[in-house]
Amino acid sequence: MSIRENFEVPKRYNTIAIALMAVGILAIAGLWVTSGSSSDPHKSARFWASLLQNSVFFLLVVNASMFFICATTLAWGGWQMAFRRVPEAISAVVPVIGVIAGAILLSIAFGGNHTIYHWTDTEHVAHDPILTHKKGFLNTTFFAVATVLTIVLWSLLGWKMRQLSRSLDTKPLETIAERKKYVWNNTVWAAMFIIVFSLTVMSSIPWLWLMSIDAHWYSTMYSWYTFASTFVSGMALIALFVVFLKNNGYLEYTNNEHLHDIGKFMFAFSVFWTYLWFSQFMLIWYANIPEETVYFQPRAHGVYKGIFWLMFIINFIAPLLILMTRDAKRNYGTITFMAIMIIFGHWLDFYQMVFPSVMKDSTGATHVPNILYDMGVALGFVGLIMFVTGRALTKAPLLAKNHPFVKESLIHHT
Amino acid sequence: MAVKKFVVGNFDDEAVLFPAVKKVRRAGYKIHDVFTPFPIHGLDHAMGLRDTSLHTAGFIYGITGTATAVGFITWALTVDWQINFGGKPFFSLPAWIPVTFELTVLFAAVGMVLTFCYLCQLAPFVKKDHFNPRSTDDTFVMALECTDKTSEAEAMSFLETVGAKEVKIEYKETEWWIGRYDKDVKLFHKEN
Repeated sequence: MSIRENFEVPKRYNTIAIALMAVGILAIAGLWVTSGSSSDPHKSARFWASLLQNSVFFLLVVNASMFFICATTLAWGGWQMAFRRVPEAISAVVPVIGVIAGAILLSIAFGGNHTIYHWTDTEHVAHDPILTHKKGFLNTTFFAVATVLTIVLWSLLGWKMRQLSRSLDTKPLETIAERKKYVWNNTVWAAMFIIVFSLTVMSSIPWLWLMSIDAHWYSTMYSWYTFASTFVSGMALIALFVVFLKNNGYLEYTNNEHLHDIGKFMFAFSVFWTYLWFSQFMLIWYANIPEETVYFQPRAHGVYKGIFWLMFIINFIAPLLILMTRDAKRNYGTITFMAIMIIFGHWLDFYQMVFPSVMKDSTGATHVPNILYDMGVALGFVGLIMFVTGRALTKAPLLAKNHPFVKESLIHHT
Repeated sequence: MAVKKFVVGNFDDEAVLFPAVKKVRRAGYKIHDVFTPFPIHGLDHAMGLRDTSLHTAGFIYGITGTATAVGFITWALTVDWQINFGGKPFFSLPAWIPVTFELTVLFAAVGMVLTFCYLCQLAPFVKKDHFNPRSTDDTFVMALECTDKTSEAEAMSFLETVGAKEVKIEYKETEWWIGRYDKDVKLFHKEN
């Protein structure tokens, strides 16, 4: 069999993707009818919270692919070359979901419903000394500028990295000097992405988009914890696409050695996520200060208890025990199962970040909404990721065969 | 303690050694061991060594550490000497996780190092024969164990055909012993 360099989207693949998107749109329509169109701000917030949670989660997950590419590029890694076009294609979804997420975030901030971001209510802020102190960071102008700038920079720098990679397909590098220059060029652009990434995902953006839902509460671990959550889901997503392409007879040069290393990332960052999750939890639990424990009260002890501990089991205990052995990381079935579990688990993690603070009625009691709607919205985003990634995969050969480091990947051995 | 007879081939390139190992195994010779100056990826598979069970041992040590920590702290703080820390329950697991984690790592790490030393027969003052001192520098050494059915001349010429630069017959101790190399083993430069 000759090498199948270019991915062709199977008909069923697109059908499934479009069907999933239809499910998502139906779920959004259902949410709009049941809660979004309500004149009660507490009720309509449920609609926006669902959109916020799903769009931000999936945006950060697909953006994690570009972080993976840039981090390995900066480390001068070569092992990922055999399947590097897969994360590249996934990162092509960033502008698409970026536009959606940006629109949703700005609608929430400027929509006049202050249930989700109650720091947007200037009258309330004036009477609230804590929020007055935070006004320099938590104000709608800064929010809008930071959100737009972040999404534009992720998209542009990701586009530049993809361009650099694809420029090799038509123009092989002849001399050693040219190759050195290419590697250097790649390193510089990857470093710029990492700087933007560290100033956004790893520090300010999760505070702004998610933590500000609980505007009185704060945690300095929050951004790292969010980053770990989305990075491990991003690796799981890459693993899913690699396994899918292998099963369809593509990616001849990607073998169990590469899958093993992706599995190691899934395993290691599951543990890393737990470390951050626990560090955030334990300090608050130990200090036992009411203004801090208010965050965990509805989550660990209140009505979100089930989701909270289910998420902990899926995100820590399952990967720890199931992905520990070498054979598990080399088994397509186990990796696929665990990848789906991890993405679902971290989606639940985001669920319990957003909803317990939003789902409060006028008496202050917390509710759990019907999670099936949110799962429907999530399926819509999954369909969107499938559709756009499938299209992006067809645009370039699956192996960047002219890259100076490609041989290192072909003979990779763990 | 057993001194055995070996046919020893010295190679100067791992690119020659690697196919040689495969050919020698296919020809049915019993490889006692291969000594290389640096780790060679995949050589263990080529030699047909089974996967190490060190990681299983590590897992068991880790679990032991977890159980020790949780068990001891639980006993100490809920049964033996109850202390009220800021009104928290006596059994307050989150506070113990850091200690449990550290003890898990400690047990796993120390246990695995000791197991590794045991499996490799490494200890202070313990000596083992490695056939050619230059295998720590630039020579790759393959030792074939001679059985009563092995024809040494045939084995020697076979090693030469697969690329050995120098082939010798040597009688060597297969087990470890406690002693001194400079008294027990003649160093390479003294042989010449």
